[in-house]
Amino acid sequence: MMAKRSVIGLFKGVDEAADALDAVRDGGFERDEYEVLTGTPYPEGAFGEEEPHHGLFRYPLIGAACGFIIGLVLTSGTQLAYPLVTGGKPILSVPPMAIIMYEGTMLGAIIFTVIGIIIESRLPRVYMGAYDTRVTEGYIGLTVTTDEGRVGREEEILRDAGAEDIRRGWEQSDFD
Amino acid sequence: MQEYTYATDREINHSLLRDVLGMPRWWFAGFGFLFLVWLTGVGAYGWELNQGPGVLGVNRPVYWGFLITNFVFWIGISHAGIMVSAILRLTQAEWRRPVTRAAEVLTLFSLLAALSNIMFHVGRPWRLYWVGPFDFERGLWPNIRSPFVWDPSAVGTYLIGSSLFVFIALIPDLAALRDRSTGLPRKLYAGLSLGFRGTPRQWKLQAVAGILLSALVLPVFVSVHSIVSWDFAVAIGVEGWHSTIFAPYFIIGAIHSGVSAVAMVMALMVWLWKWDRYITNDHFDAIGRLLIIVATTWFFFFALEWIFALYTLENSDIALREWQIFSMPMGMLFLVFLVTAYFIPVPAWLFKSVRRSPTWMFWTTILVNIGMWLERFLIIIPGLQRRQPFEFSWGSYAPSIVEILLVASTFAFVGMGILLFAKVFPLVPLFDVKEGTRLADTIRVGRRVVPASIRE
Repeated sequence: MMAKRSVIGLFKGVDEAADALDAVRDGGFERDEYEVLTGTPYPEGAFGEEEPHHGLFRYPLIGAACGFIIGLVLTSGTQLAYPLVTGGKPILSVPPMAIIMYEGTMLGAIIFTVIGIIIESRLPRVYMGAYDTRVTEGYIGLTVTTDEGRVGREEEILRDAGAEDIRRGWEQSDFD
Repeated sequence: MQEYTYATDREINHSLLRDVLGMPRWWFAGFGFLFLVWLTGVGAYGWELNQGPGVLGVNRPVYWGFLITNFVFWIGISHAGIMVSAILRLTQAEWRRPVTRAAEVLTLFSLLAALSNIMFHVGRPWRLYWVGPFDFERGLWPNIRSPFVWDPSAVGTYLIGSSLFVFIALIPDLAALRDRSTGLPRKLYAGLSLGFRGTPRQWKLQAVAGILLSALVLPVFVSVHSIVSWDFAVAIGVEGWHSTIFAPYFIIGAIHSGVSAVAMVMALMVWLWKWDRYITNDHFDAIGRLLIIVATTWFFFFALEWIFALYTLENSDIALREWQIFSMPMGMLFLVFLVTAYFIPVPAWLFKSVRRSPTWMFWTTILVNIGMWLERFLIIIPGLQRRQPFEFSWGSYAPSIVEILLVASTFAFVGMGILLFAKVFPLVPLFDVKEGTRLADTIRVGRRVVPASIRE
């Protein structure tokens, strides 16, 4: 597999970064080849980037269903497995079962949501690629990840767009 | 009116990470003092383990004393984080930005402190795991009809949910720490930040996560204190606790003490870490206004609970109320409770100068928490002290030194936990404050220039 290189251009202002993104697009780079990096959230589309789509909302539903089923099995299964009548109450008493099933449902929903957030955020990320610590100091990074042969063109575009600094980084190991 | 902090990202990083990357001089003194107090609690617990729970002041029929009072108190404080963080996130209140994480961290350590009280209270803590369905061999399972099984399921869910909530919201700041640290800390922060880079996708998911997790944790928060109240309300033996209003009454009481604790922590953040640029008088004003509403709603439920109890004219209820008010020292404690939980702080908060003063807010919210601790004490102890039908022994209650030390150690534990967290992670969410700065603006209305906020 051919190694991929990523290049990051650092910009001070939002407008410069947005113009640079236009230039990268005009330079023939595809949507999955470039990314904007910021140290703080900006309103969606501030750089003219495409709106990211995600499927996070299905995770809590799946988690809630799993939690509900585990709660149901735990409460009914354990009582049926040792059917000891307590205080003349039915073996399967729905109100107390509902409490534990409710907590199970919520716990499942929360755990799956967190897993969903991590997966949908494309984390964990082993290779940082081209990255600069100045991103968390207010600079806006524009990274382009592409085949090694196009790196020169990429750097040229970023330089022409007014990048304050340009750095390279490995996106994938040569041994992949 | 909300004033905004105008600072560059570099300045925000510098001031909010200064004490994480460096070591403030006061930190050792503060941590050391709390550690010593905590150690006395550890010693007391060792003594209790060695001698048995007979060293506690509890007896027949007052089986629950300081430790269960303290458990309910800390569960109440733990509602602070989610109340402040989740509700303010969902309503997009601007003033939430610098205070959400401190509130969430307070939740975590309060929950741990609450759980430690249960460990202190039971005779054989090494068998606590029996509350779970573990015994496949003998087929013995927990009795799910008991509130003592509902409790761990609710508190466990809340603890796991709150911890994950804190972690997810911490990821962008862990990335900022990764970028500013060196050596081993850098490796640790890099691992914890999971390779976060701040792409639009990651920020969008952060925003959705904040709202979604808030919406999921809020119903759990309501269930936790409802279930704690059912520990009492569902008990057959104690007549004074049979109240259908206990669940909402406990929840609103928890919010009252919890939000007060957040205001107290905010004042400490201003004094200890000198973050008055981020936590301004406006923030104290906002939380003061919130507290007036919360405290008055709590007082309404408190009054209702009394009216419902007395309206029935049942002997057991009237006798309990007489015990709470006219016996000593309960009557004196009841007076202190009412004055500190409501009648001093709420009229004080009506004054703008009090609400906008960190010092006043600190002391008035301390009073609230003294009062709210006593409230739990006055629900538990007189209820148990009063002789019930078919009860052939009765007695009064006085806390032992072991209980007093254990209670003190939980306060030290929560303080230590917050100090330790603030030493390793930023207590103010950097990215949230930076976003607030980005979206802050001013508009001219007539001859005045007032703060405005851009919102999607």
